Amino acid sequence: MNWFIVHFAQIVFYVLAACTVAGAIGVIGFRNPVNAALSLLGTFLSVAGLFVLMHAEFLAAVQILVYAGGIMVLFLFVIMLVRVRTIPEEPQYLRSLAPAAVGVGGLLAVLVGVGLWAAARTPIANPAALHQVQGISLGNTEAVGWNLYRDYLLPFEVVSIVLLVAMIGAIVMGRKEAGKEGGA
Amino acid sequence: MGNPWIAFLLVPLVKIIVILLVVILMAAYLSYFERKILAYMQIRIGPNRVGPRGWLQPIADALKLFVKEDIVPSRAEKLVYMIAPALITAPALVVFSVIPFGADTTFFGLLKQPMPPYLTDINIGILFVLGVSSVGVYGVILGGWSSNNKFSLMGGMRSAAQLVSYEVPMGFSVVAVLLMAGSLSMVKIVEAQKQAGVWFVFPGIVAFFIYIVCGVAETNRNPFDLPEAESELVAGFHTEYSGMKWAFYFLAEYANMVLISSVATVLFLGGWLRPFPNAAALAFLDVIPPFIWFAAKVGFFLFCYIWFRGTFPRYRFDQLMALGWKVLLPVSLANLLVVGLGVLLMGGPK
Repeated sequence: MNWFIVHFAQIVFYVLAACTVAGAIGVIGFRNPVNAALSLLGTFLSVAGLFVLMHAEFLAAVQILVYAGGIMVLFLFVIMLVRVRTIPEEPQYLRSLAPAAVGVGGLLAVLVGVGLWAAARTPIANPAALHQVQGISLGNTEAVGWNLYRDYLLPFEVVSIVLLVAMIGAIVMGRKEAGKEGGA
Repeated sequence: MGNPWIAFLLVPLVKIIVILLVVILMAAYLSYFERKILAYMQIRIGPNRVGPRGWLQPIADALKLFVKEDIVPSRAEKLVYMIAPALITAPALVVFSVIPFGADTTFFGLLKQPMPPYLTDINIGILFVLGVSSVGVYGVILGGWSSNNKFSLMGGMRSAAQLVSYEVPMGFSVVAVLLMAGSLSMVKIVEAQKQAGVWFVFPGIVAFFIYIVCGVAETNRNPFDLPEAESELVAGFHTEYSGMKWAFYFLAEYANMVLISSVATVLFLGGWLRPFPNAAALAFLDVIPPFIWFAAKVGFFLFCYIWFRGTFPRYRFDQLMALGWKVLLPVSLANLLVVGLGVLLMGGPK
């Protein structure tokens, strides 16, 4: 029982990590787009759980609020609009599956290797930084706020303008041609 | 408390069971009061056969739903159809873990040391509430989609668009309160109102109205009950649902009403505080325990819900979208600027 209590955080971590990976595999594995979207939802929720384990509660809440509660709902909305039931049921095979598998597997091996090499050289990232403001532990919300609105204010504003441009672009492209009825 | 298991396992477990029972019973009896109040508004009597004055009606309804035949459409997506009701009910119940029902109390001298009557207070409380309750929309969308019924699908789609639209102004109205309170924790928000000496409904009257309108829309209640508009969509997203699965949707809707009312109480009506918590002239009101204050305020909001249903006609869908995006969103943004300026001029939150 004591072993269980001592290693509780690790056990939770491995469960959540497994759920994250399983969900990610489900996204590309399911033929039905709704099931794939639900797998992605599972991944988002598991990642939120991982944030909580790192004491990044604010990030976890925003992850659920924005990704699970907003973006995925819109995904599902679009998927349901395009009538997924008409998608053919028979399996489709990629001709170049074997070379692609080798290539992707090699890439993955390189990435994992680089990751392990880097992890061995540098000390583990300091999780305490996730809830510290100038060395004082205030909480994750405050830490994110200080980072976004003081240290990285300019990049933050630039990103918001980029997003605004993308949004306006989408609206312009989504519009029917001007002059036609119901142009908006 | 020699044994840590009591403090860490037993006490929360007891609290969880009590909170769950209270919320579920409230949801059941809310249906009774809804029928009674609507009946009196329409000069009828309402349910009065089961038990004295019909008090046992919700119990009879629940028993009926337990034993009712559960029908699954043959061309439904079985798995999704099964879990959709749970996807809306679970978040609606989970959120009650962070709602502060009252100040620390000894339960009228039963305990030696005061204990918080709520389950927990986390420093992102209100974000947790918004985040988890936003997951509930999946129950509606997926239930509508998996039924393989065009009316269910229409209801699910309407619900998706409506919930996502009204979450935005609702979030902004909550931010107005956060600016005044300076914390995301539900308990700290109540305590900030005690320090300010005034409920946030007075400085935040605009945010309050936006929150109430969005809250009604988020729970799919009249006049925003388009996802289940019976005159056009049969019963909307739950057309095909029967028996206990339908009961779960029902439970979730009423639990969400209690939730929206509780959050409105915490954010705007001072939670468990009495009116003007610092005014000595009103000190005699302290006789009433904090929990009763909380319950009374929640009851007021729940009555308003039913009152709305008895009063307002349903919106048209384009009117609903126009109200959300063209009225509530700009007003809530402008209100945010005004409140922010006010907080800045008053010296900011502590």
